[in-house]
Amino acid sequence: MLRFIIRRLALSIITLFLLVIIVFLLTSVFPNDPARQLLGPFQSQEAVDQLAEELGLNDPKTEQLGRLVKGVATGDFGESYSRPGERVMDLILPALGNSAKLVVLGLLITLPLSILSGVLAAYRKDSLFDRSVVTLGLATSAIPDFVSGILLQYVIGVRLGWLPATSNAPRGTGFIGSLEFIILPALAIVLVYFGYIARVTRAGAVQAFESDYVRTAFMKGMPLRRVINRHVLRNSLQPTVAVIGTQIGFLFGGLIALELVFNYPGLGSMIINAAQDQDLPLLQGGVIIVAVLYMIATLLADLLISWMNPRARSVTAS
Amino acid sequence: MSAPASLTDRITSGAMAPALEVVDLHMSYIVRGVPREVLRGVNFHIQPGEAYGLVGESGCGKSTTAYAALRYLPGNGRITQGEIRSGGRDITSMSSKELQAFRSSQASMVYQDPVAAMNPSLKIGRQVEESFKLIGQSASDAKASAYAALEQVRIADPTSVLDRYPHQLSGGMLQRVVIAMALASKPELLVLDEPTTGLDATVEAEVLDLIRALRSETGAAVLLIAHNLGVIRTMCDRVGVMYAGKVIEEGPAQEVFDSPEHPYTVGLLNAIPRAGLRKTDRALYSIPGELPSIGTDLPTCVYIDRCALADEKCKSTPPPATSVGEGHQTFCHHVDRVGELRDAEVGAFSNVSSDDNVLQLTGVAKTFRQAGQDIPALVSVDLGIAEGETLGLVGESGSGKSTMAKTMLGVHSYDPGGDIVLDGVSVPAAATNRTPANSAAMQMVFQNPDSALNRVWTVRRILERSIIKLTGASKDDARARAEDIASAMRLSPRHLDMRPRQLSGGLKQRVAIARAFAGDPKLVVCDEPTSALDVSVQSAILNLLANIQNDQRTSYLFITHDIGVVRYLADRIAVMYLGRIMELGPTDAMFQGVNHPYTEALLSAVPSVDGETRERIPLDGEIPSPKNPPSGCVFHTRCHRFVEGLCDTKEPELREIAPGHMIKCHLDVADLGVVPVQVQRKGSTFGEADGAELQSSDSFDDTVVEGEQVDPEDTVND
Repeated sequence: MLRFIIRRLALSIITLFLLVIIVFLLTSVFPNDPARQLLGPFQSQEAVDQLAEELGLNDPKTEQLGRLVKGVATGDFGESYSRPGERVMDLILPALGNSAKLVVLGLLITLPLSILSGVLAAYRKDSLFDRSVVTLGLATSAIPDFVSGILLQYVIGVRLGWLPATSNAPRGTGFIGSLEFIILPALAIVLVYFGYIARVTRAGAVQAFESDYVRTAFMKGMPLRRVINRHVLRNSLQPTVAVIGTQIGFLFGGLIALELVFNYPGLGSMIINAAQDQDLPLLQGGVIIVAVLYMIATLLADLLISWMNPRARSVTAS
Repeated sequence: MSAPASLTDRITSGAMAPALEVVDLHMSYIVRGVPREVLRGVNFHIQPGEAYGLVGESGCGKSTTAYAALRYLPGNGRITQGEIRSGGRDITSMSSKELQAFRSSQASMVYQDPVAAMNPSLKIGRQVEESFKLIGQSASDAKASAYAALEQVRIADPTSVLDRYPHQLSGGMLQRVVIAMALASKPELLVLDEPTTGLDATVEAEVLDLIRALRSETGAAVLLIAHNLGVIRTMCDRVGVMYAGKVIEEGPAQEVFDSPEHPYTVGLLNAIPRAGLRKTDRALYSIPGELPSIGTDLPTCVYIDRCALADEKCKSTPPPATSVGEGHQTFCHHVDRVGELRDAEVGAFSNVSSDDNVLQLTGVAKTFRQAGQDIPALVSVDLGIAEGETLGLVGESGSGKSTMAKTMLGVHSYDPGGDIVLDGVSVPAAATNRTPANSAAMQMVFQNPDSALNRVWTVRRILERSIIKLTGASKDDARARAEDIASAMRLSPRHLDMRPRQLSGGLKQRVAIARAFAGDPKLVVCDEPTSALDVSVQSAILNLLANIQNDQRTSYLFITHDIGVVRYLADRIAVMYLGRIMELGPTDAMFQGVNHPYTEALLSAVPSVDGETRERIPLDGEIPSPKNPPSGCVFHTRCHRFVEGLCDTKEPELREIAPGHMIKCHLDVADLGVVPVQVQRKGSTFGEADGAELQSSDSFDDTVVEGEQVDPEDTVND
């Protein structure tokens, strides 16, 4: 197991390095001139050139890449272009915190609901409940998060007025108080992911319920609840864990539209703003942070799966 | 095998309710809202301590009955009528709590596939302990009980086994674990569903020995489901024969197998090669037609469509139970005429093997490399296969049988230094370097026709493509030839336009054989071609293969685990172990002469349907890995005739001990064992006779030899 973790970590570092290079290449082929963007169309060319020189935009590409690698290693991506005087990391961290709050709340509702529904649907395969879960799940997953977000915002936030329609809590709101503001976007996440995760779980659980070892458990005289906890879940949740692992990266960096709908300052909207402003350090930092989160999530998922499945462990370790 | 004395007393005094009583059980599967009957009034009972066997072909309802006995029904299964009682309690009306208590403390089950029956992600220890916790033991008690349970099933090192995951253990070992779990509650009823199917014969024998021993220790009643009639005969006191969801004959095991009184039982028993039967004695009997599918309306006799004796009476009245002996009853109107079927005369095949070798292997070896290590999977094999000959190849799983076949066919390239000569011409090692004529000359029939045939193509397209690929024939010629081949394989023209999934297992295997014969092969490698088939279908396939050989003088390399089949079909037999040929000889010599100790052990492991008993020579442990073959004779680690200082230091040569009979063993012929002579019985049901007295007949004449009565004697090896 330890060997497996070390190998997996070593692989992660290589992946991270490749990723940094890709991010650098992508951001360095930007068509416009960041210095011109910063100073606006009316500043003189000399001022723009001088700023470009100050920002290091004229340095050799290798040197710029070196700075980025160093930034990744030290966690310091330098100063933001669009908000002079502010460190990139100081801008990223609050956005990251906001995203984390939204994602965690969303998953806290989604996971128990969808896993339970998936397992029960599998147990009562082809029943009315099973069909409802599958159909409803498909329907809600098919609607993009921002569309269901707008619907929720309008119906619950505006017409019914039960919850705040935007998510940017006023200054001074405590942690608990701020949660109220993100319930609606979190519900939008639930709507998108409920069907997806319930269906993946259901597929795994159907297999488990049809397996000989679950039959063995029933034949031992084991009550249903214990059969599910001991034998069904462990074997059927492996695909579910893998799916969640790969979706977390997206949830952190990809909920751009949803964040815009609810005016929520998360990582997604921060990155899109940085791109529009050609704020290279902020953009690079944001993208790399999302990628690192993605890597950590998949790493954890892999570790969890290998813990759940001793066969995968012996294969990957050898 | 008898129940412990105290139990027997109680049974005879009638003081105990039956361990299992199935009364007029009807069960249906609901398919798209329509109930389809799968059990059509099953009746039988098992006394405490008794072993009862259910036999029949797949689809007859025997496993369904076994699971119903513990009320484990598939999601769409409904018991529509009848009762199931155990110890006087009705299982069908139990609440789910009562049912859990019944399963955890009174009845247990052992399953066909032990690998699948264990949860792959939990250690053995946790799963065994679970069984004890369910009967109320504390965690620490359960731990101690689990250890004791593994000791009880003769597992040498319980501590290490408890700490492993299922995938780290062999099938035989896992089956022991499953049995240990089943015995946790000291059940009164133990249901075994094909407990040894899929295990090697040697492992099967060990597991059966274990079950037998545990039965006499625990006194549990046993319901044993098996398609292998030999297993049932050696394990059970009484047996029920099932067909289309009904028990159609029932009686003491010995009586049912020796003098069957239902046309179906006769057909089933006539279909298996038994009592030393050879292809030169007679063809195998096969039952025409197929088992009716579930839900078919069968108002009278369920066997009516396939029965040679069926007449108007059978169509109008359901046959009543007719007693044909003590505790032996059959459901047939024509008990008096069943004898006609038993003695039905069928043709025999002739021995067409010539003296010319069609294929000659000289010093053929195959070494795989894995992680920088050499793995000798095949070690210097010298072997010739004559034209028109069937060479049987036997050995445990992992002995190198398939590697040899694949090396012959060029799937694996043999190591430099060897040579394969086909029809007098050396062929390249790799299939990719061989000419189309080479490929056409050597073909293969696989165990599983499902994965060997392209499922989206029609049979016609499968055959035509093979013909074009192998012979270079034109499209039109191929079309005509495909039809010829199909009819030679007894496939009807309508089958040509069907796809494999629309065909039964037997028909699919015919298509696979037809495909192999597309280019007039000289040699066909048959890798367990019938092991996935029911006996009545198996017999038709074996007859077909023997027939083609008679007509076309094709040679076969026939790989199998089934000693009865190889004895029936093969002219010579080769026994492999760790990539070496340990013994090679004419079939008769193999079964009557002295044997290599390994062959001796293999043969002693076969459960006989003829009721002969012999002392089993145990093969301890598992076949060693070819990565680290034992020193000296590779078999010495498991040999019961091992001579220290000789066998473990020097590898013996393959030497000739009688004309054409070779063994790879240091011991003198006088020190080697002889396989017990087959028991001959009265009744002449199957025209058995001692192989030595049989002459090869050169025609399709009737050569059924009547056996004469000899007292069954237990021939025991020393």
